[in-house]
Order: sequence, then structure tokens, then C-alpha cells
Amino acid sequence: MSLTNEHIKNRLVEKFGEALTNFEESHGIMSFHAPKELNLKVMQFLYDEEELQFRFLSDLTAVHYPDQQGAELAVVYHLHAFVPNVRLRFKVFTDIQTPQVFTASKLFSSANWMERETYDFFGVDFVGHPNLIRILNVDEMDYFPMRKEFPLEDQSRVDKDDEMFGRGGSVGI
Amino acid sequence: MSEQQHIKLPEGSIERQTSTLNLGPTHPATHGVFQNILEMDGERIVSATPTVGYIHRAFEKIAERRPYYQITPLTDRLNYCSAPINNMGWHLTVEKLLGIQTPKRVDYLRVIIMELARITDHLICNSVIGVDSGAFTGFLYVMQYRELVYEIYEEICGSRLTTNIGRVGGFERNFTPAAFQKIEKFLAEYPAVLKEFENLFTRNRIFMERTQGVGAITAERAMNYGFTGPNLRATGVDYDVRVANPYSSYQDFEFSIPVGTTGDTYDRFLVRNAEMWQSLGIIRQAMDKLKQLPEDVYHADVPAYYLPDKNDVYTKMEALIYHFKIVMGETDILPGELYNPVEGANGELGFYLISDGGRSPYRLHFRRPCFIYYQAYPEMVQGAMLSDAIICMSSLNLIAGELDA
Repeated sequence: MSLTNEHIKNRLVEKFGEALTNFEESHGIMSFHAPKELNLKVMQFLYDEEELQFRFLSDLTAVHYPDQQGAELAVVYHLHAFVPNVRLRFKVFTDIQTPQVFTASKLFSSANWMERETYDFFGVDFVGHPNLIRILNVDEMDYFPMRKEFPLEDQSRVDKDDEMFGRGGSVGI
Repeated sequence: MSEQQHIKLPEGSIERQTSTLNLGPTHPATHGVFQNILEMDGERIVSATPTVGYIHRAFEKIAERRPYYQITPLTDRLNYCSAPINNMGWHLTVEKLLGIQTPKRVDYLRVIIMELARITDHLICNSVIGVDSGAFTGFLYVMQYRELVYEIYEEICGSRLTTNIGRVGGFERNFTPAAFQKIEKFLAEYPAVLKEFENLFTRNRIFMERTQGVGAITAERAMNYGFTGPNLRATGVDYDVRVANPYSSYQDFEFSIPVGTTGDTYDRFLVRNAEMWQSLGIIRQAMDKLKQLPEDVYHADVPAYYLPDKNDVYTKMEALIYHFKIVMGETDILPGELYNPVEGANGELGFYLISDGGRSPYRLHFRRPCFIYYQAYPEMVQGAMLSDAIICMSSLNLIAGELDA
């Protein structure tokens, strides 16, 4: 019996009710949003449930949405159930002033470095992480470089007209 | 392991102290920039602390400012031992986002290139295990065949190591007859060399004793640590993205997934060797399938996204327009969010792409397999000898470029 996204959704809604929102399916992967307090509960439920068995954390990263007031940072989890061969993605949103999210490193050892990387680049503070220090950047760095407020190219340059390069003037990306 | 003798040592005596050893960042036995701070009790490792990030180049940040076709060269520099797989993975991701269907011939050509890349990656890794255990000969035997594969790349795309091979939608030019001849030559000559390589190692008493039981990990721990690729398969889990989520028409090919049992260095070695045989079989099948397909198809018919032939750019109006639009980032990219995994040579290489419809990705994250499984290294070498740590590291197939992004 194959595990359908519809069935996973029903099981999740049954368990967590209205807390999980924005269910959608794109490019074959179901995704949803979860409140940040529930991230571990959702993962543990998906991990333990006999018919779901999402026991592989494929990927953990973050995305910065500077325009979403109060929910600027999204931590994105990609889980994979090997036996039924189903993937799913869920996001938890947090505001950028208090970016505290529970660590998944107790459940998945692989989350350890992925969370360090996410902290390194986005400043997400994973509560309970055993060793939350920078991993790829230098230790002395005092900002989180993947946030959108740090543009890659020098915005003060006047010799390049961005309009000419399809970038639409002062795009803050 | 011999039985440990427990001698009561006085407090503070020199025998009770452990010593710290810096292995790396530039150590001849660590292939690439890896630093490990080892806490040693004599010859045994008490704990290892890996430091990564020495060659971090901020690819994810750079990708947020590059048009889609300029991201391909960035992917080259992740796992540079099998750059074509990264390139293809990126093209496939963009094609999935844009909904481009590539012709079968393109899929099969890609499969040939990806499997050649897998062979080169595995032969490097396996022969380097030999080098690190003191057997240099095997390395020299297979190395000249990597050269042959690099000549194939060169014939197809003009470069060798960081290939930037292919385009969104297909290949930049058709394979020349010389390219096919070189592939045939490789298929004809490599099996004998691989056989010889296996004869040198597989049942070699010294090699077996050096590798068996070294750096072993159970399937449960390996999955928990996010292992993928040959390292996971060596523990007995038959997970392969090519089978689980077929891409680029892998479903048309007959091949098996070699698995190990113990998850130690020896099993990782055997799994990679077996995979090379499977890859050779896949290339052979692809070459046969190509004979039944029209010979002039090498890209999908998507002028808005496929960078046109340079001759056409100079002579045809439409080609010039599309060239300009693609190069200037004026093409309409669909907004969307997807995670696209491919089976890299050392594990599941994933591309998590968020497009907001702009000229560059809004966010691009590379799931780099060796970054994720390298964190198991301290656990794998704890209690082992220093020389075992070296051989365990080379058998994990860590690529510094991929580790540090």
C-alpha cells in the first residue's frame, strides 16, 4: 500500500488540528507550515508513527523573508520516509528579533551541523543545541550573511546602472 | 583488539595525560583542506573535533545574484571530482521548475556523462584508500582512465575538471563522433583495468586487515546521521535516488544497487567498486539505446530558456533576441519552490530552490552530502588508531569543495 500525501495530511490534521496550515503540493512534494513551538512534536509524530516513518532528515535550512513582519525567518525541514518513499517539507516561521526554534539534533544527529550552518548564515537560535557555534564562516563574524539586508554587490556604486541589467533600480536583494 | 591492560597510574603522571594532535588543515594524508583536532591517548583517538569552512566561498549567497545559467559554474566547484553530476543536477532542477521536458536522447546523453563522472569519482576515492594504506600501484592503474574520461568531457564541453557541461534544456552542442569513439574506447578498456584493480585489493590480506572493521557504522546510526550514497549503502540500506526518484530517464535502465553489510571501510570500498561495474553497464545500455534515436537531437525545443548556438546568434534574429534575454536575465522564470535530489557520486545531492520569478533564485540551498555525513566522523574514529582515522576519512569520500560550499 502506498502512502499518499492526502493520507499524511489527514493523519497530521487528525493529530494537530488547526495548528498546521498552508498545505500544498508542488513538484511532487507536500509542504505545510507549522507553528515554531510544534516543530519537534510534528517531527517526532512523523518519526514514530508506524505507517509514516519519516526517519530521514534530508535537509534543514532557512529562508529570510524580510517583508513578512513578525515571521521573517523560515526554517525549512525536508523529511524522507524511505520505505514508502515519500518526501515532505515543512516550515516554521519565527520573527527575527527572537529567532528561537527548538533543535532537532536530539532526534536527528544529522541536524547538528545543518543547524550550525543555519545559525551561521541566518542567526536562527536553535534552543537546546549542544554546540551552536559558527561552522563555515570565521568565528569573529558579527552578522548573519545570508540575510537579505546584506546585498552581494556594493549598492553604492554609481558606475553601473542596474536598469540596464534587468535588475530594476534599487532592488535590495 | 587486544585486551586492554589496566595499570593504576598515579594522578598527574604523564601516562595519564592525553595529547592533542592537529591533523590538518594541510596534511598530505588528508586530501583537501580538512582539519581535525585529535585528542590522543598514545596511538588511540579519544576524541576528534573536525573544523570545516577553510574554503567556504559563499556559493549560496552568490547564487542569489546570478542569473540561472551562471549558477552552473558554481555547482562545478562543489564536488569537483564529479562536476558533471552537479551540473546536470542543477539543469534538472531548473527544468523541473520551468516544466521543461527533455527529449530521450538528451536524457541518455546525460546519463552517460553522469555515470562516467560517477566512475571517475569512485575510482579516485577507492584508489586513494589504497594510497593511504600504502598501496600506490592501484592508484596509478586507474588514474590514467580518469584521464580518458576527462578527454571525453573535453571533447563534449571543452573543459576537464570544472566542466560547466550542458545547458538548461540539453547540451551546448551535439556529441561529436570522436566523443562517442572515446566513450567506446573507455568502455572497451576500463573493465580489464578495473578487474586488475580489484584483483590487487579485494582479497588482498593486508588491505582487508587494514580496512575491515575500521570506521564502521550501523545502518541506524548512518541514517540518523543523514548518510546517503555509497556510504549508506555500505551499511545495508538500499537507498539510491536514481531508483527512488528517477530523473533523466534512469527508469529505462537495468541496474542493481550494490549494498554492504557492516558499513566499514572495506564495505564502502566494495560498494564503490560494484557501483563502477553497474555504471559501466548503464553506459553500455545508454549507448545501445542511442542508436535507435535520431542523431541530431541534443536539446529540448525551448528557445526561451536554452542558450542558442553561437552561430545562430550572429545570423538569426530570434536567436539573438533569446540570447540577449537569457544572458541579461530577462527570461520569465516561473515562481516556485522545489527540492530536487540527484544521486551524486558520494550521496544525495539536493537543490532546494525558491524562485520568486526574478532573474536570480530567491534562495538556493545545496544539500551537500559530505557536509552532512562528515559530522559522524568523530563517532566513527573514536577509539581507533591514528592510521585508521586516515583511512576512514579517505573512504568517506569527503570533497573539501562540497563540504565548505
